[in-house]
Amino acid sequence: MKARNIGRFASHALAGLALALSASAGVAKPKQDDPGFQLKDNPYPSTYKPYPGEAVAIVGATVYDGAGGRIDNGTVLLSGSKVEAIGGPDLAIPQDHRRIDGTGKFVTPGVIDIHSHLGVYPSPGVQAHSDGNEATSPTTPEVWAEHSVWPQDPGFTRALANGGVTSLQILPGSANLMGGRSVVLKNVPSRTVQGMKFPDAPYGLKMACGENPKRVYGEKGQMPSTRMGNFAVDRQTWIKASEYKKKRDAGKLDSRDLAMETLADVLAGKILVQNHCYRADEMAQVIDMSKEFGYKVSAFHHAVEAYKIADLLKENGICSAIWADWWGFKMEAYDGIPENAALLADHGACVIIHSDDEYGIQRLNQEAAKAQGDGKRIGINIPDAQVISWFTLNPAKALGIDGKTGSLAPGKAGDVVLWNGNPLSVYSRPEKVWVDGAMLFDAMDRTRRPVSDFELGQPGEGDVK
Amino acid sequence: MKPRTLISSLAALLAASASIPVLAQQAQDFAITNATVAIGDGSAPIQGGTVVVRGGKIVAAGAGVAVPAGIQVIDGTGKWVTPGLVSAVTDLGLVDVGAVDESNDEYAPKAGFNAALDVSAAIDPDATPIGISRAGGVTRAAVAPVAANAIFAGQGAIIDLGADANPVNRPRAFQFVELGERGADLAGGSRVAAQTVLRNALREAADFDRRAGISKIGGAKASPTSTGDDIPLDPRMAQTVQGRADDGLLTRFDAAALVPVVSGRQPLYVHVERAADIRQVLRLKSEFPAIKLVIVGAAEGWRVARDIAAAGVPVLASAITDLPGRFETLAATQSNVGRMQAAGVKVGLGGFYDNDQPRYAPQYAGNLVAVGRLPGASGLTWGQALAAITSVPADIIGEGSRFGSLKPGLAGDVVIWDGDPLELSSGPVDIYIDGVKQSMVNHQTRLRDRYRNPQEGSLPKAYQ
Repeated sequence: MKARNIGRFASHALAGLALALSASAGVAKPKQDDPGFQLKDNPYPSTYKPYPGEAVAIVGATVYDGAGGRIDNGTVLLSGSKVEAIGGPDLAIPQDHRRIDGTGKFVTPGVIDIHSHLGVYPSPGVQAHSDGNEATSPTTPEVWAEHSVWPQDPGFTRALANGGVTSLQILPGSANLMGGRSVVLKNVPSRTVQGMKFPDAPYGLKMACGENPKRVYGEKGQMPSTRMGNFAVDRQTWIKASEYKKKRDAGKLDSRDLAMETLADVLAGKILVQNHCYRADEMAQVIDMSKEFGYKVSAFHHAVEAYKIADLLKENGICSAIWADWWGFKMEAYDGIPENAALLADHGACVIIHSDDEYGIQRLNQEAAKAQGDGKRIGINIPDAQVISWFTLNPAKALGIDGKTGSLAPGKAGDVVLWNGNPLSVYSRPEKVWVDGAMLFDAMDRTRRPVSDFELGQPGEGDVK
Repeated sequence: MKPRTLISSLAALLAASASIPVLAQQAQDFAITNATVAIGDGSAPIQGGTVVVRGGKIVAAGAGVAVPAGIQVIDGTGKWVTPGLVSAVTDLGLVDVGAVDESNDEYAPKAGFNAALDVSAAIDPDATPIGISRAGGVTRAAVAPVAANAIFAGQGAIIDLGADANPVNRPRAFQFVELGERGADLAGGSRVAAQTVLRNALREAADFDRRAGISKIGGAKASPTSTGDDIPLDPRMAQTVQGRADDGLLTRFDAAALVPVVSGRQPLYVHVERAADIRQVLRLKSEFPAIKLVIVGAAEGWRVARDIAAAGVPVLASAITDLPGRFETLAATQSNVGRMQAAGVKVGLGGFYDNDQPRYAPQYAGNLVAVGRLPGASGLTWGQALAAITSVPADIIGEGSRFGSLKPGLAGDVVIWDGDPLELSSGPVDIYIDGVKQSMVNHQTRLRDRYRNPQEGSLPKAYQ
């Protein structure tokens, strides 16, 4: 990717593709002579607690529940950090609930981005902030994205205010075949990463196929330098992981290995594979590799050619996390088409609209609406309520957090966006955003507009963005 | 010492290669009736409007327009009609695939020249991004090179996206220079260096001109653009033995290429973002009074909007930049365009590269309408938003009298949409450039049709 910086082109824009590389030192591995070390499943546990929220009743809005349902003149009750109930105008509203008039407005679940590099490639995109690719070895399952996330990235606040994003997965970049563990965050400003971590969300493993790994390592004169090299390194690593897991299961490990721990947990089904892959033929090969070693791909990310194998993806229960219509910026994106989402949906395959971009994350609703329109023009009519699931319940499912968020069901998290118009219209914006029942953004109230530490005392601090 | 003139054969050559699109015979005379018509000049859309195109030009557009007898009538019921979109500062025609270097002519890090580079020679009307952008309603573009080895990127061209062999409307339409963070890097490591390189270059060009009289060559032809006989002569080709100071740092070609800039015949597009850099750029006008500036970027333009307006310098800005992606964009906000416009700056949307594809312009414009509805924010009206991607950029790139709106006499660049063109669900259904109906078929539509059903039939997909 040639560098330019007109308009929004920060030097780190498209970081997942551009691969700003640094020759930083490798990650320290646990000492091999320390067999007694006991790894915990989650040694950096979430400290996030929902902020206080008042009991509210949003009345008179069009409600999309994220699971394909739509209620006109709907009522949404939030209390105690949860969705309490949703229903029509006849839903009883308890006395203690403050009423919010939603007439002419729309309610959806909080938006979820399954593919973000906020925090690991934060703004400003200076080299000192380039923490998304541990591009010193083609497989680095031992690195954890949460150890790179900078919670003061102003991008989090924009995603909340302009995009209504309440949960997001932060992934390592795609320089490596196995880039490391992802972390799922609540989009809540915090002093610490632990203060943002989505409690009990499964970890993900970022994998990548195609151009990036083979280019990054081929240029260093090492394996992989080809697509076949990509697969060879992956398979060799999975063989090692399988053997490690067998020993671990039998209690016969002499020492713990961070990289192998992550992969063994993938094989055990505890960590979900989030696989960057563009081309249809490569996705089909990855599916076979996953069967060869007994793991499951949760979602193919970018997947610009998913439409060519919609049947295969459906059959294997794999979601496609895609842009609406990014196209042609690299060779493996040359066959991207704007009808990708619609064709997948038409064949019953799972669609997720993702961003991979600090600007795209502010407009996932708009991207979904464009993809819907592109479908309509070829005769594929997808109901609005289903399109909403592309950036709510479907990413929640592929992240393994759909039991907690992603739709407006009683008992689920009070992650809610009140839009000032139809979220599938370009003219609409989030008016209010609740995370776990706490109103963390209100376009009508400057005191509910987050400002990151980085922006304090600088031009534009606290401005409407 | 009298300056030599351009060799006459060169002038003849230029005239012969002048690539103003010949209005092809296929240019249709037609009227679109009963549509929602948006002129593109900032006015609100007109219900039940009519657009008449004859001889490749707009004849009339609006309400109560009579349909000439015998003309082909297109029923616009339920449709919207706008001028074609104008994509200002883009790489259309220079690139097939951005990351495939051998297919990418926007950028020449190993070239021995910079300001002298002229993209018009490399525009490929068959490049897939042109077809895809055209299908998105983009009909004209200002194509800029990307700076790679110096602060000067080279000379940009005005093109149309018509499916024909003559894409270049106006070669050498502007010079592009980087004076922000990127300019600092290209100049050797600092803004201090960039400002010095710039001044040295402009003074060397002025000095070269004084000695060799380059700007007087072909001076009679420097009339406002209108008919196609105004293709700027190429100062690089001036035949002269006069001229360069012995201590010049610029190559002869680069110095000659900057003569039109310093003499005000060719606008200088300056990419800067932060307020302080914008102020520096505006000061150039006192040092080089003839210079014609266009600011590209201007993420912090709202902070110096009154100064920009007072200087009469137009701006091509991003609609959506709202992050401090660099230290030079700390105060970026989506209210930038609206605030500059409110302060009297002529501002259009510009800077379409990579995943800011030219066909996204309507979405970005629509976002400026959306942001204007939020408390404390500034946006554009619907009419202003459409103008910001049609007539305003056309005007800024010096082509406002030729295309960019549906005003009578302008080029018949017309897009028929299946709904509100700024709305996400809408898309073009028909596109005309110079009155010529354009193909909507491209690589993407062919793939789409082939894979409408992903499964193979009685033969592999390759036979479909």
